[in-house]
Amino acid sequence: MSVAQQEAGTMTSAQTAKRGRSRGWDFGALLLTLVTVVFAVLWAFPIYWALVTTLKPESQVIGKSLDFLPRTWTFDAYWHVLVNTQIGRWYLNSLVTSVAVTVLTLAISAATAYALSQLRFPGRKLIYYTILASFMVPIAALIVNHFILMAQFGLINNWLGVIFPQLIHPVVIIVYKNFFDSVPKEFREAAKMDSASEWRIFTRIYLPMNWGITTALAIVTFIGAWNNFLWPFLAVSRPEMMNVAVGITQVNDAFGVAYARELAGAILAALLVAVLYLIFQRRVTQAIMLSAGIKG
Amino acid sequence: MIRNQRREWAVAFLLVLPFLLTYGVLFVWPTIQMVQLSFTDAPLIGTGEWVGFENYIEMFDDRRFWTAFNNTAYFVVLTVIPNTLIGLAIAMMVSRLKGWQQSLILAMFFLPYILPVSVVYRIWNWMFNVQFGILQYPISFFAGETINVFRTQWMFMPAVALVTIWWTCGFNILLFLAGLRSISPDIYEAAALDNANRWTIFRKITWPLIWPVTALVLTIQLILQLKIFDQVYLFVQGGRPDPSMVMVQYIYTMAFQRNQGGYAAAIAVALFVIVIVFSVLQFQLLRARGEK
Repeated sequence: MSVAQQEAGTMTSAQTAKRGRSRGWDFGALLLTLVTVVFAVLWAFPIYWALVTTLKPESQVIGKSLDFLPRTWTFDAYWHVLVNTQIGRWYLNSLVTSVAVTVLTLAISAATAYALSQLRFPGRKLIYYTILASFMVPIAALIVNHFILMAQFGLINNWLGVIFPQLIHPVVIIVYKNFFDSVPKEFREAAKMDSASEWRIFTRIYLPMNWGITTALAIVTFIGAWNNFLWPFLAVSRPEMMNVAVGITQVNDAFGVAYARELAGAILAALLVAVLYLIFQRRVTQAIMLSAGIKG
Repeated sequence: MIRNQRREWAVAFLLVLPFLLTYGVLFVWPTIQMVQLSFTDAPLIGTGEWVGFENYIEMFDDRRFWTAFNNTAYFVVLTVIPNTLIGLAIAMMVSRLKGWQQSLILAMFFLPYILPVSVVYRIWNWMFNVQFGILQYPISFFAGETINVFRTQWMFMPAVALVTIWWTCGFNILLFLAGLRSISPDIYEAAALDNANRWTIFRKITWPLIWPVTALVLTIQLILQLKIFDQVYLFVQGGRPDPSMVMVQYIYTMAFQRNQGGYAAAIAVALFVIVIVFSVLQFQLLRARGEK
């Protein structure tokens, strides 16, 4: 510090002080950037390594030499997984349940948020307390009673049984409410003048004005449902009803351990959400920040 | 006027009806049932006798419960603070970059976060594979021999923690990035004029100004990691689950493998109480942020 102060003292103006310092820092900045890049490459390496392994023949996968690229490229592992496991069926299960969770969660949450944001009615307090309580209760602690409940409804090994307990997402209501709150009152008053019904105002003004946030919330809700493990794992025991994230770990290959095939199944299970993320990066970021209570 | 109000009530009621149904049936009811079940000796499916606090008394004497409790606490210690600090460090590195470079590097750090846990498990099981895993090169270099990490008791939790940090850090990075962006560049310029060095700038400016985000990330992580199940369950597959048992896993074992619904519910209530204590803390923090 004292050296820095001395240096600053010899400079005639703040401007030169700044320039002098930034020249001295160039090396440091370059080094930091280099460290960042190396660290990022190491961080992403396991994904790359899994991907590369799936493109090798099994004999090369367990070979002695370390190949960062396949010596022989092959899709055998993927072909094997597609033909010999029920992954197609698991994909369908994941797709149906995740889309249903997303659509239902968003519909329930948007309607509730609109009522809380724009309408005055008795029982608002009750709804607020329910939302607050559901924020705090760990859904993981409810697995036993969710299972009992779904068993009573006869929904074990059923799409509906997988879907229902995943509908509790209070944060989506809160995010929607904040956005509905910030829609200017003039829109609502103008619509009222034209004697538009509340339903019309909700579906023709408030929802369309917030399509952006609906998209963002839909994507993260979908990714969350697709990736959910615990509940789909408990609610289903029949292999043909499993979600893809559960199926790839619960059904063992009848052909013995084959690393490229195992990893190919994993890559396929992640493919859809990875592509969704890469396309909608900004939306995903926005939704995550909003859900954490930070303005994106 | 009254008629208008009535109509507004009716519309509001219709709008919140789906909420009342789903949260009533799938949240409020199971919560009440859980507490009730914890006072009985019921199996998973079926009815049982009312046994009062017997399950809770049994729980306090149950060695396996305390193992699960301690392992959960250990996992929280291993993940929460490291995950937060690594998230901050990476966010600071990423925030220096601009444009497409930033997007690319951020995507490399964030990608693991959107993977399903079973995929994360497959990837790292392969990385650590005792015969062919690429990590056995450094492991045998340092240890002199290959090690089956997920079958070595003292390594199990740290290894799962490492994988968890790799998997979930992206979330923390995003929150810290947002926090760093909201710090005015003027403050840094002023510091640059004073010839402050990097460490001083971090200690005197970045750290205090980012602290609210740090507190938020810490509490989110804490609540999240208390509910650990998936990774521990997956990595222990084929091995002995008991020594590395965590709380949600113990609930699962008691309910679904031992068919002791009542006892499992009592453990669930214990977890529930622990999480609620920390959630209240988080809520207070968020409110403090909101009021500012």
